[in-house]
Amino acid sequence: MIKVVARRLALLAPILLGVVAIVFAAVRLIPGDPATVILGERATEAAKAALRHDLGLDRPIAVQFAGYLGGLVQGDLGRSLSTGNPVLYEVAARFPATLELALAALALAMLIGVPLGLYAAVRRNSWIDQLATGASLVGVSMPIFWLGLVLMLVFSAQMRVLPLSGRLDLASEVAPLTGLYLLDTLLRGDLPAFRSAALHLALPALTLATVPLAVVGRMTRAAMLEVLGQDYIRTARAKGAGEHRVNWKHALRNAAIPIVTVSGLQAGTLLSGAVITETIFSWPGIGGLAVGAVFSRDFPLLQGCVLVFALTFVLVNLLTDLAYQILDPRLRA
Amino acid sequence: MVFAKSKDANRLDPADVTDGESSAVTENIFDGLLRFRDQSTEIEPALALSWHLSADRRTYTFKLRPGVKFHDETPCDAAAVKFSFDRQRKPLEGQLMEYWQSFFSAVGPVDALDPLTVRVQLLRPDATFLPKLAMFSMGIVSPTAARKWGADFSRHPVGTGPFRFVSWKPNEKIVLEANPDHWAGRPRLDRVIFKPVLENSVRLLELEVGSVAGEAGVMGMDGLNPDDLQRVLANPELRLLSQPGLNVGYLALNTTRPPLTDRRVRQALNLALDRQNLVKAFFADGKLGVVARNPMPPLLWGYAHDVADYPHDPDRARRLLAEAGYPGGLKLEVWAMPVARPYMPLGLKIGEVIQADLRKVGIDAEVVTHEWATYLDKMGNGDHAAALIGWVGDYGDPDNFLYTFFHSSNARKGSASNYAFYRNPRVDALLDAAREAPDPARRAALYREVQHIVHEDASWVPLFHARQMAILRKGVRGYALQPTGSKLFAGVWLQ
Repeated sequence: MIKVVARRLALLAPILLGVVAIVFAAVRLIPGDPATVILGERATEAAKAALRHDLGLDRPIAVQFAGYLGGLVQGDLGRSLSTGNPVLYEVAARFPATLELALAALALAMLIGVPLGLYAAVRRNSWIDQLATGASLVGVSMPIFWLGLVLMLVFSAQMRVLPLSGRLDLASEVAPLTGLYLLDTLLRGDLPAFRSAALHLALPALTLATVPLAVVGRMTRAAMLEVLGQDYIRTARAKGAGEHRVNWKHALRNAAIPIVTVSGLQAGTLLSGAVITETIFSWPGIGGLAVGAVFSRDFPLLQGCVLVFALTFVLVNLLTDLAYQILDPRLRA
Repeated sequence: MVFAKSKDANRLDPADVTDGESSAVTENIFDGLLRFRDQSTEIEPALALSWHLSADRRTYTFKLRPGVKFHDETPCDAAAVKFSFDRQRKPLEGQLMEYWQSFFSAVGPVDALDPLTVRVQLLRPDATFLPKLAMFSMGIVSPTAARKWGADFSRHPVGTGPFRFVSWKPNEKIVLEANPDHWAGRPRLDRVIFKPVLENSVRLLELEVGSVAGEAGVMGMDGLNPDDLQRVLANPELRLLSQPGLNVGYLALNTTRPPLTDRRVRQALNLALDRQNLVKAFFADGKLGVVARNPMPPLLWGYAHDVADYPHDPDRARRLLAEAGYPGGLKLEVWAMPVARPYMPLGLKIGEVIQADLRKVGIDAEVVTHEWATYLDKMGNGDHAAALIGWVGDYGDPDNFLYTFFHSSNARKGSASNYAFYRNPRVDALLDAAREAPDPARRAALYREVQHIVHEDASWVPLFHARQMAILRKGVRGYALQPTGSKLFAGVWLQ
């Protein structure tokens, strides 16, 4: 297991180097001069030239890339063009929000999706199965922009129980430890703030969870159906194992690999910023940061964001692979 | 008081701000030497009590308000003023100091003559210097804090303004608290919180819903979907403030590109567009904007009220086109902005209505758009024929509009702000003279003449002046719209 981890971590460096090179070239291929975007309708040529010089955009791209790599190995990702802040600061300020939202959505998806899929498989073709299958189809195809607004209208405007946007009551101040507000408020023992953070998280997490929930549910059902038809399940039943034990222990464990695979993929996607959900709920995550960076041609910030996305994907894939090892003894070579 | 905006601030260093969302915050933290009078574009003393201009109009001497302290308790004296000017000449890494480069190239040495006297020498006379000093970018900063934080001063702003900076959680909130020692008296609000709510419809919903689950609710906002206007007017809990802003949206006619080189064709375009109808369709029949007659808004001094607007007259437009040699009509590209601005809420849709108007006089228009940065680049290059574009004024002076739009020095390919590429030596001379003339009445007369000439030459179709607006809950008192778009909270209280 340790060997696997070591090998994967060693691969991280070349993968990231490739990502950096591609992103570096790609962001410069977007038409539109950052100096024009920053200075807007007011730009004069002298001001734009001066700005391009200040930003280092007038140097050959190879020189720019070498400079960027040089900074990167020292942990310096440059400064954002629009805010002037270090990119590391910007990303670090926003990533925990995305992490909190993604983990909450993923937890919802797994806690509801797996039992639902399992139940649907066991009661195949029953009305519950039909309902679950239909609901997951709706979940996958639902425009989440619309769903978010409907949830807001119901829970905020009508029932007035859940707040509309943001992460915390505006009057609360939470000194950040991890940046995950649920965790920070608990660690500080600030229960009113914890309650506020939970209330603020509810609607965005629910909105964001719909698609992964449906995907996980469907995958669980399909994987379970396949496993339940196999000989060893009949053997287990013949040995007199109870229905509950057969389903949860014998079947689910073997159905788990595809479930873990889709969950891992979903986790990677959620962590790269759920742009739409973040926008509707003004959730200050990294997805919105990256989109803003594209529009303002904020090259260093965009590069920083994509780097974080790549890193996240690689780490999530690593965790998924480790989960395989635990679930399937045959893979522990 | 919680005020919801459509975007978070970028930077809170006033000299380094280039966007309205940032200046909306910094203007409450910092004071300049001068400021715009409440709800006006005329200037009045702020940190400077009085000033004197030398006979050669190149040296300003300012007397400072005594006893003013920054929020960090250090004194706001002549040395601090000198520091605030000088730091903008040499940006640190990460700083742009864009406004200084754009507007203050005429400023020479700045000297502290004694603790309360500052001398500013200009390299050439500049009649727009004083209104420019009232812009947000000339807020006086605490030298102690600016030296301590360097480029990160942007996240730790310290000024002398009515509110002190407390905290900033990016994209969550910016918190300010009252400065009890402000020279104009303590503001009545204890705290102002700026909250970014990205979606227009969600922002309005938050304002309507107010407080949820006992938490602090949004009390005011800007940025409204035109479709939601009726909802606001019908809600007794809300109050809408609205007035024409310091902006203009227009159709730039590139005078270097045939057939737009011909003045008659350009005049025909002015006659062909039904601008009343555009305002009706896109500005809620005048509630969100008004028809523009001149390139600058009517609330600015020097506005030429006696310019006779082009009527909507398709027949005369056709006759002019025939006279110009296009009896069978002509083809024309009309560029439409891909982004929404107050002065151009739905660029593509407006382009399509213009296309329909032009078809009626025999002009076959094709609506073209580009991604925004590309659009600006191409327009600066003069790649367009007719293009929708607009402008938001920075300071309350006609120079900020007319010089930008019509001086030939701004018609250089690659960097034009004179998007008509209009060159007229007479207009150049008038604009230059107005920059130098000391007497406001004389300057106003020069600017009026410019407006008459450009009206006759029809290098534009002026279209709209958007109203700026704010929506407040009923209990919010003392908030007023400012022509410059500033959001000032010093005089606000909650009932």
